[in-house]
Amino acid sequence: MKLITTIVRPDRVPEVKAALFRAGITGITLSRVSGHGGEHERVEQYRGTALVMEFHEKVKIEMVCSEPFVEPCVQAILSGARTGEVGDGKIFVQPIERVIRIRTGEVDNAALTAVNADAIQRAAINAAVSEV
Amino acid sequence: MPPSTVSSGDTAWVLISSALVLLMTVGLAFFYGGLVRPKNALNTMMMSVVALGVIGVQWMLVGYSIAFSPGNGWFGGLSWFGLNNVGLEPNPTYSATIPLQAHAMFQGMFAIITPALISGAIVERMRFRGYIVFLVLWATLIYDPLAHWVWGSGGWLLKRGALDFAGGTVVHISAGVSALVAAWFLGPRRDYRRVPIAPHNVPLVLLGAGLLWFGWFGFNAGSALAANGLAAVAFVNTNTAAAAALVTWAGLDLFRTGKVTAVGAATGLVVGLVGITPAAGYVTPMSGLLIGVIAAGVSYTAIQIRSRTKLDDALDVFSCHGMAGIAGAMLTGVFATKLVNPAGGDGLLAGNAAQMGVQLLAVLATIAFVALGTLGILALVQMTVGARADVREESAGLDLSQHGEEAYFGNDLGTMAGAGNSLGGSVVVDAFSGESTSAPEPAG
Repeated sequence: MKLITTIVRPDRVPEVKAALFRAGITGITLSRVSGHGGEHERVEQYRGTALVMEFHEKVKIEMVCSEPFVEPCVQAILSGARTGEVGDGKIFVQPIERVIRIRTGEVDNAALTAVNADAIQRAAINAAVSEV
Repeated sequence: MPPSTVSSGDTAWVLISSALVLLMTVGLAFFYGGLVRPKNALNTMMMSVVALGVIGVQWMLVGYSIAFSPGNGWFGGLSWFGLNNVGLEPNPTYSATIPLQAHAMFQGMFAIITPALISGAIVERMRFRGYIVFLVLWATLIYDPLAHWVWGSGGWLLKRGALDFAGGTVVHISAGVSALVAAWFLGPRRDYRRVPIAPHNVPLVLLGAGLLWFGWFGFNAGSALAANGLAAVAFVNTNTAAAAALVTWAGLDLFRTGKVTAVGAATGLVVGLVGITPAAGYVTPMSGLLIGVIAAGVSYTAIQIRSRTKLDDALDVFSCHGMAGIAGAMLTGVFATKLVNPAGGDGLLAGNAAQMGVQLLAVLATIAFVALGTLGILALVQMTVGARADVREESAGLDLSQHGEEAYFGNDLGTMAGAGNSLGGSVVVDAFSGESTSAPEPAG
């Protein structure tokens, strides 16, 4: 299991979301964040005052995936978020120790399997997990 | 029964104009409110709104009497205290065709917005109690006598032939200069030039500017005190100058930064309206256009210079109202012509260079009186109830520290998790304490 954290441009969020859903990753958490990267500072003018906006608005998406989903997840984010300009963001992948689904108490991979997954999907995931 | 000299058309127009000018103060609340930070939005808007109440009462009790009742050249008397002796018959000194009470209401709306204009310079750092005391004293000791000088029967500037159609000196120069003095007296906000301070809601600024423009037709065209040709020319000049100033400001923005800004458009149109105010009923529409362009240029330059200084005239009241007001008053002396208004005067271009001297005298007298008076009043306020908010109040925001309210409540985690209700002042109900949450048995 991996925690995948990605920082992307707010205007790329619809594409990233669509690509993640296509890859079967539906459990995601979004937050608005601001941060500083390699981008040029933006300048805003209010009457006589120029404001240099040092921090840029970004969206942080967090998701925890079972092993077979990690690479598809990374590829989905890359395909959705990349514009080629400085400021496209980053993807971080970290190991995760435990996952518990609060509603049922299921743990780890069972807790990560989508609720609406059918028997065939569950079997495929279980097979893939045991392979890894 | 009022005599038959009352004109129903004139009276209708002046009553509607009074309501239009009232709306300007509400527009000003939005204009200023949008320009400050969220933690001070309510306080800033209240500085305008409270004037509707406080000066509404003050004007009815003593203000109108000091400004317009017969007196000497400097003050009216108290013979019209409480609108006593102010009846439904016209008073030919002011207007032969509308009830004197209509005149009192129309002028009252001017008295309300003028001190509210000053508030823009001192936002985000003045104690509300001190502000209210300042409002009452300023209106009574400065605005009312000044209105008497320029418009009251026997006023000394009126006698000298100073031209001020709708309040360039009385309203805008006086508010602008007071703003400058008040900003200096209170000192800068603690965050000024340390932390970026940006307008928190530019759409509100545009709404306010729109309401100001709308109401200004009452301010200027209503100052004809009749529904006639003079009102029409004042209306045309008002719209033309505002439009020309908006275009000029947008052009200057574009030239300087490469972009046309919304705050700039809103500021520009207001500055054009300020510039045309003293001239509206004395000049031709072509002159009105030029006044709009020049007022915008003067004010734009003043803002650029001011923003490089330590003087925290927070919303640039002096640059917008003081400088554009002075430009308008002087340009009235240039462009005025009796072809437009036989009861007005001729200016420089109509061959009467002396008018420039009279206009300059009116401007300088206003500046001197208002600057000293404002300084005295603020010193008094500071020594008694306190003018400047302390560090804690200022950093918490004046909405919370002065009013115990927030403009934007309910968006943070605190309201989701920690807020209870105090009902009837004694019962404290914790929204979550009543529920017993027994966790369901984990499935599987």
